[in-house]
Amino acid sequence: MSLLEINREACTGCGACLQVCPFGALSLDSENIAIVSEACTGCGACLPECPVEALSLPEVEKKEQIPTDEYSGVWVWVEQYNHQAGSISWEMMGEGRKLADRRGTTLSACVLGYQAEPIARQAIAYGADRVFLVDDPTLEVYRTDPYARILVELVKKYKPEIFLLGASTRGRDLAGAVATYIYTGLTADCTGLEIEEGTNLLLQICPAFGGNIMATIKCPDNRPQMATVRHHVFEMPVPDESREGQIIRETPVLPEDRIASKVLDLIVEKNEVNLADAKIIVSGGRGLKGPEGFTILHELADVLGGAVGASRAAVDAGWISYAHQVGQTGRTVRPDLYIACGISGAIQHQAGMRTSKVIVAINKDPEAPIFQIADYGIVGDLFTVVPALTRALKRRLNKT
Amino acid sequence: MHAIVCIKQVPDTTEVKIDPERGTLIREGVPSIINPFDTYAIEEALRIREKFGGKVTVITMGPSQALSALKEAIAMGADEAILLNDREFAGADTWATAYTLSRAIKKIGEFDLIFCGRQAIDGDTGQTGPGIATQLQISQLTYVCRVASLDFDNKTIEVERLVEEGREVVKSTLPCLITVVKDINQPRYPTILGIRRSQKVQIPVWTSKDLDVNPDLIGLKGSPTRVVKISTPPPRAGECQIIEGESAEQQAEILAEKLLAEKIII
Repeated sequence: MSLLEINREACTGCGACLQVCPFGALSLDSENIAIVSEACTGCGACLPECPVEALSLPEVEKKEQIPTDEYSGVWVWVEQYNHQAGSISWEMMGEGRKLADRRGTTLSACVLGYQAEPIARQAIAYGADRVFLVDDPTLEVYRTDPYARILVELVKKYKPEIFLLGASTRGRDLAGAVATYIYTGLTADCTGLEIEEGTNLLLQICPAFGGNIMATIKCPDNRPQMATVRHHVFEMPVPDESREGQIIRETPVLPEDRIASKVLDLIVEKNEVNLADAKIIVSGGRGLKGPEGFTILHELADVLGGAVGASRAAVDAGWISYAHQVGQTGRTVRPDLYIACGISGAIQHQAGMRTSKVIVAINKDPEAPIFQIADYGIVGDLFTVVPALTRALKRRLNKT
Repeated sequence: MHAIVCIKQVPDTTEVKIDPERGTLIREGVPSIINPFDTYAIEEALRIREKFGGKVTVITMGPSQALSALKEAIAMGADEAILLNDREFAGADTWATAYTLSRAIKKIGEFDLIFCGRQAIDGDTGQTGPGIATQLQISQLTYVCRVASLDFDNKTIEVERLVEEGREVVKSTLPCLITVVKDINQPRYPTILGIRRSQKVQIPVWTSKDLDVNPDLIGLKGSPTRVVKISTPPPRAGECQIIEGESAEQQAEILAEKLLAEKIII
């Protein structure tokens, strides 16, 4: 299914393209000329690497153009649960404000919920010029259908150019549905957003291959340009209660009897942690040797008001539940402080935590890869270091 | 009962190494595997078939080498497999992929459940599952960690979804699309019989001509997004400061001081 075209006359066989292909699709043939395999996805990563411009992708014929200049304004979906807005929503308001100012346009918030007007007012304090408020009992708890249908109608009616949602379970569930209805581009879990000089397009920077590579993606011909945004990447703005803004009330699209799903319950287990919200995470791996090992991590986490995470090894061994797993096949976290105890730091674990602001590693093995990404390290036995750290911090934080 | 499982063949990122000089991925000799989350999707479909009877069909869109992923799914116990392979499909982003897969699912015909993995470990988007559900206008239940009950007579399903705050219990109607997390089950290994069957089975290959698709909506042409640049993430700034001390107690004291002094812990 390869799309890449290689000009065999121009190719010098330097091999520069081989190195950058994320899919390993390029190789040199017996004549030392680059050839491409079916593994090529047409991502274009190799194009700028070729010193002789021997690589190209086919020009895509322009489809029927949508009038992109009719679309303006930056939108943020404000996620709420239990009448509380998620902090990620306000982080996006901060970033959305910057993007809107860059584009010389307005910032709007979409608040869907029940008795959600206080959240709409908060959205204005956090930087919204305008809030679309849809307040209805059918929207009290998030469900894909009623939420997606409202956002689709709002987008059709008001035509925003950029639409940001949090890369939470709900945000990703919702964004995938909305972008499909509208037929527009959507990128996942962005860690950077910029406006491209000249084109004014949104450059969306997101990790792929478990964070091993970063892709910059744009959506040239469809609107809105949609992205889900990673938690804790953008700074939390300071709310200004005196800000003024407009609240526009809109009506729900689906009545309750046309909504296929019902949320029956939320099961929260004792000691269950919300890793996504935690500012501090104390995480344990194979070095804990058993489920009892997590007791000392819980003690440290309690002193710090943090949550307990785990590596895949510890989860697979059955020492702690999957909800705690950090890494490529678990959750991606970005706390202010990540304390890795007895975690060697395999690439898959790093994928879930390497963007934490500060990383502390406690491990017996001085060669463990975790030390390569840690800011502070203690080489030693976690069974003595962690309790000592708990005591030292308890004393300083005046906790009894 | 008919369950369709959408899978993707991906490079085994556990085998991916980083070239320390250039900071690029070393892909040489990296095997292709079924996306790990998709193996849980296959397993869940097989378990439901074992309980209720019926059929499991596995489908993927990809290069011809993706046949090996489909054969592995058959070796695990899937009944049928279909490969979508056409140069016209190449360069598809999640929108065009979901569109193409949904058209193929329409061609397959009646189904009760569609299973996908939570996300693929190469693109890490998790967008194709919701895209397929929306294209087919069926309910979607994402991040499912348990199928609590299924009632094919009344066409209802109850699942637990792993959300940030805990496990959300949701009831929905069938047919629906489910994306699974790894907590849902423990995938089985292929059996000898299964492997034999997978070697004999003829897997149909469908091209764009076999599907009722709008040619403007498939492949690169149908994809709203464009990759502009691929780069390696910036390394974490600074070196690791190893805290030395005569005892664990002393090391812990120094670390605690530093974390407080630098306002990492407030």
